[in-house]
Amino acid sequence: MYDAYVRGVYDAASLSAAEPPKIFRWAGDPEGGAPFVEADPSRPDEVVGFDVEIADLLARNLGRTPQFVNITFTSIDQSIARGDADIGMSGLEDTPARRTTLAVTMAYYEFREVLSVRDADASRLRTLADLRGKRVATLGGTIAYEILLRAERDHGIRAVSYEDDVHPYSDLVIGRVDAVLLDNVLAERRQRTMQGFTIQPQTVAIGHYVGVLAPGNGPLRDTINEILRSAMRDGTLQRIFTKWRVWNDDQPKLYARLLAGEPVEPVTGLDTSVSVATMTKWEAARRYFPSLLRASLVTIVLSCLSMALAVAIGVMIATGRVYGARPVRAALLGYVELMRGTPILLQLFVLYYGLAAAIRLPAFAAALLGLALNYAAYESEIYRAALEAIPPGQLEAARTLGLSERQVLRLVRGPQAFRLALAPMTNDFVALLKDSSLVSVLTVLELTKETQIFATNLGSWVLPGSLCAALYLAMSLPLAALARRLERRWKSSAA
Amino acid sequence: MEIIRRMSEVLVNIDGVELRRGARVVLAGVTCDIRRGELVAIMGPSGSGKTTILRAIAGLEPFQAGRIAVDGVTLDGGAVPTVATLRELRRKVGMVFQFHCLFEHLTALQNICLAPVHAHRVDPQAAKARAHELLRTFGVDHRADALPRQLSGGEAQRVAIARALAVDPPVLLMDEPTASLDPARRAELGELLHGLLRQHRTLVVATHDEEFAREFATRIVRLRDGVVIED
Repeated sequence: MYDAYVRGVYDAASLSAAEPPKIFRWAGDPEGGAPFVEADPSRPDEVVGFDVEIADLLARNLGRTPQFVNITFTSIDQSIARGDADIGMSGLEDTPARRTTLAVTMAYYEFREVLSVRDADASRLRTLADLRGKRVATLGGTIAYEILLRAERDHGIRAVSYEDDVHPYSDLVIGRVDAVLLDNVLAERRQRTMQGFTIQPQTVAIGHYVGVLAPGNGPLRDTINEILRSAMRDGTLQRIFTKWRVWNDDQPKLYARLLAGEPVEPVTGLDTSVSVATMTKWEAARRYFPSLLRASLVTIVLSCLSMALAVAIGVMIATGRVYGARPVRAALLGYVELMRGTPILLQLFVLYYGLAAAIRLPAFAAALLGLALNYAAYESEIYRAALEAIPPGQLEAARTLGLSERQVLRLVRGPQAFRLALAPMTNDFVALLKDSSLVSVLTVLELTKETQIFATNLGSWVLPGSLCAALYLAMSLPLAALARRLERRWKSSAA
Repeated sequence: MEIIRRMSEVLVNIDGVELRRGARVVLAGVTCDIRRGELVAIMGPSGSGKTTILRAIAGLEPFQAGRIAVDGVTLDGGAVPTVATLRELRRKVGMVFQFHCLFEHLTALQNICLAPVHAHRVDPQAAKARAHELLRTFGVDHRADALPRQLSGGEAQRVAIARALAVDPPVLLMDEPTASLDPARRAELGELLHGLLRQHRTLVVATHDEEFAREFATRIVRLRDGVVIED
């Protein structure tokens, strides 16, 4: 029987039929991944956690060597579907979407979605209904996020999506958000290392952790289910979860139902009958399109404001670099090189999270400022080159006519430099429009992030990706056309 | 009597001006007086310092020793002129560059009005009327709305002269004004300059053009290796 399973697995995985695979590749995200998967504090290039131990258990029973593949949490499903690893396990929730689009293992852990609030609010903010008008954080693309989106409509809360499960709690404590909805496992784990928040006892919803495999990998999934059943019976799973301090009374009840062959709903407490995964693609697109349009608005407003600020700062830097004293020039050059020489993602993190102890910028303001400060460095180089391209003879002529240096800049040099700079500036604006997708790491829900949520819930990138690309093009093509027109106009008038 | 006194008045006094660029000596003690109403042609081979002495008079070129005084405004060698001194100097001296150096983004009319309106606080309407008058005098009023790149070499030069005269300086410096002109245009320029002399302006022209200088200048100063060799 077992041999038949194993054979089927190899065939289905399209691996060499003659040579059984020796490696069991499993995917997870160690970023803030405790107690599921996290970098071992004593050996940072190795991972530890209960999902690590379950992966070891599965590999051992399959007669293979486990190999960890580091994949961003929100990309695990797509990565598994395209065959980057045999299984994904990183506290992945059982959802209708996953059941539709992937081969999902049986549940191996039951969790509760719980609300956490600051200690001072513990007596008045107990349920989602108490949080009207408040900002409630969670991890994007999860059941908890779905619950919060429903609560936006039903209770008037404001859902805030994070890319990891650590910053929601740190932002809760410093007051950027008013509550966090996440798994009890994450909430309890965070509470051991962080003071200042209370986990409310009420359960908002019940969900389960599962492993996910590629849709064609049913036979391997069935083998894994057998291994999990056996580990439920002989207490192996209990030992693992006890070691990681997450064993509780919910688990024996879950295991009893599973071993008795009872069906287990993916989620209890959230109506999943309207999940996009069970809709036709067009119906799903119709439902998501308004939110994609809203996200496009965020993208375009953010890009326009950032560019305006970048231009203003860039002009000041360029002026300082052309006219300033030596120390001013050196300082500005240092700024330009620092901004151009480090990743914008790092700058955004430092601005939003790194400086949170000193300046607590709201997410949108931090995103706007981060993009503007970075692009100002690039803009300043364009303006500096443009200012230096104006023939010195014109500047001398202006001086002999009695214009002050300031007037020479404002009336003679600046206007001509602006014309030279306009075409490269437009190109930069198109680039900024696309770079604005990076600010989703600061919880700003812009077009790319909204698309990612859509794709995660739908279990496919084809339709969401196409819609997203169309919306970006609708914003960037007119800009590109404008740049071409300006270039043509000045080329013909210069001839 | 008064007219004779004014005509003999020294308007530009250049006294022992020395100017070095690094190790290279460009002006090695130039001394020369220019009187009101003269058209002085400064001549000499390339590198003799003709353009440099014009730039020094206009306050564009710092010099290490000597003194230049223009109608009561003094520039001292080795000293950085104050903003106030330069402002005063630029009321006294206008300059027309060899390549005209018109502001490329402004029309001919706007080129002329820019300094009167912004540097000398002339009412914009009055500045415009004066600009048209100058353009008419020089026969290029029909080009008032043209951009510099749309003007011929001769037209651009006339606009540049009009621009320099718009702030009404008693002294006008011109660098190689005939360099890009054909013989007919050169004669027209000579007539135009004589017209300016009749308005009691003082003209200092750096040129290579022997024939032009002989025909139109009231006096020729020759430079070689940064010193006056003939006056």
